[in-house]
Amino acid sequence: MNWWEDLKQQITESPVWKSIFRHGYDDTPRNRVLMVSGNVWLHLHPSKVRRHATRMRFTWCMGGITFLMFLITVVTGIYLMFYYRPVTQYAYADMKYLEFDMPFGVVMRNMHRWAAHGMVIAVWLHMFRVFLTGSYKPPREFNWVVGVILLVLTLLLSFTGYLLPWDQLAIWAVTVGSNMGRATPVLGHDGPFKELLGVNPIYDARAFLFGGGEVGPATLMRFYILHCIFIPLVTSLFLAVHFWRIRRDGFSGPAL
Amino acid sequence: MATTTKPAEAEGKRVEVSIKKALGPGDDKVHTWPHLVRAEFLCTVIVLLGMILWSLAVDAPLEEPANPSRTPNPSKAPWYFLGLQEILVFFDPWHAGVTLPSLIIVGLMVIPYIDINPKGNGYYCFEDRKWELLTFFFGFHILWISLIVIGTLLRGPGWNWFWPWEKWDPHRVEALTNIDLPYLLGFRDYFWSAVFGGALVVGFFVVGTIAMYAWVIWLKGQEFMERWGMTRFILTSFLFLNMLAVLIKMLLRHLWSIMYVMRTPWINI
Repeated sequence: MNWWEDLKQQITESPVWKSIFRHGYDDTPRNRVLMVSGNVWLHLHPSKVRRHATRMRFTWCMGGITFLMFLITVVTGIYLMFYYRPVTQYAYADMKYLEFDMPFGVVMRNMHRWAAHGMVIAVWLHMFRVFLTGSYKPPREFNWVVGVILLVLTLLLSFTGYLLPWDQLAIWAVTVGSNMGRATPVLGHDGPFKELLGVNPIYDARAFLFGGGEVGPATLMRFYILHCIFIPLVTSLFLAVHFWRIRRDGFSGPAL
Repeated sequence: MATTTKPAEAEGKRVEVSIKKALGPGDDKVHTWPHLVRAEFLCTVIVLLGMILWSLAVDAPLEEPANPSRTPNPSKAPWYFLGLQEILVFFDPWHAGVTLPSLIIVGLMVIPYIDINPKGNGYYCFEDRKWELLTFFFGFHILWISLIVIGTLLRGPGWNWFWPWEKWDPHRVEALTNIDLPYLLGFRDYFWSAVFGGALVVGFFVVGTIAMYAWVIWLKGQEFMERWGMTRFILTSFLFLNMLAVLIKMLLRHLWSIMYVMRTPWINI
């Protein structure tokens, strides 16, 4: 096996390797630290963590799973975007096209939808776990607030995506789900004190969201853009804040 | 090769010792690589595998093309909003769909600021923070989750209640026996009925806040209340009473078919 050791040495000591990985290859405490601090993805973590933070019994791994679900929906979502047109004439046909003609189309769509549901469940369980361990207590109060914003964004991501298949399930779930916009006090045409601003069915809070009096072509385009661009961008920003704060404050745990 | 690695290892060990010294004897930290990264990697692989198998086995739903002129019965929101849709049975849409969700979001956000109990930070326990946990169980499990289960599984055509063994019959006749509380108590005049209802709603919050104040004093003592502060207490009691109001209206509706406790030309509660 001498040639193997030689090859390994040649590779790991080559200028190319060293330009990418700025630390040695051996399993030393120094390299373990550099492995995390010198890697843009891993340095979301501190280089050392409290021992119990690595235990699944403590964390349930739910925050991580929520993020994983987000990544799954990003990857599968980009694949779906290649074949989907957010126009009422084509949207439903494109779903059938995905199902019957595209390689892996149906699996990608299934995974996108189940991961979206999974993300909602995982984020609830994550919140439940964080409450049980009291991890929102000082100094992590504000990160809990960021977490609540992310919870709302998760629901909005899932809700805007619900409309895109443009089937009966989609338009009626979105119609029922946004009827509350119609009932907003002052701003909705069915809400209390609607007379104050003179709102009407095509000029109120829900019409602003829908781009019209009811779910239609403008709504599909709006929800598509919100779902694929705006909300994912905002979510990514808040995710960055959420993770960075965990890194600064450390994982919660019993006092030493 | 062997001679070049040994000094590096020794140097590495020195680094670790100095960190430990700096943090004191109680330090229980381990290296993120490999301890945490390994757990995350395993978790990722297992969940990904599960997701792929699940997606191969179960197809996402796709119904017939959208038809704005054919409303399905029942029309349901996505499952995670069905708790709110179920609350529409007890409250008008402006409350169930707008005020209540806003209160839920704000209420969740202020949790770290109204909870001043220093105990229970970073470990599982019940004894140290009984009331916080019970409130959360009440809001999350009893209200949010069970209302979603009811809205998803037990509500059929016309949003009528169907047990799992009953057929969803769209022609089922439901007697409309709902009655407003002021009417039930004998108020026939519109004005006095509204005044009574308004007094009842305001009274609920005033009496509720006073009762909660007395209860906290009895449970925790005057010293705790001073530490907690009026702002935190009022915020907590307002949110808690709103949560309680949902339960009260559920019971009124289910047990005695009472719909509104207050009726005015502008809003009903």
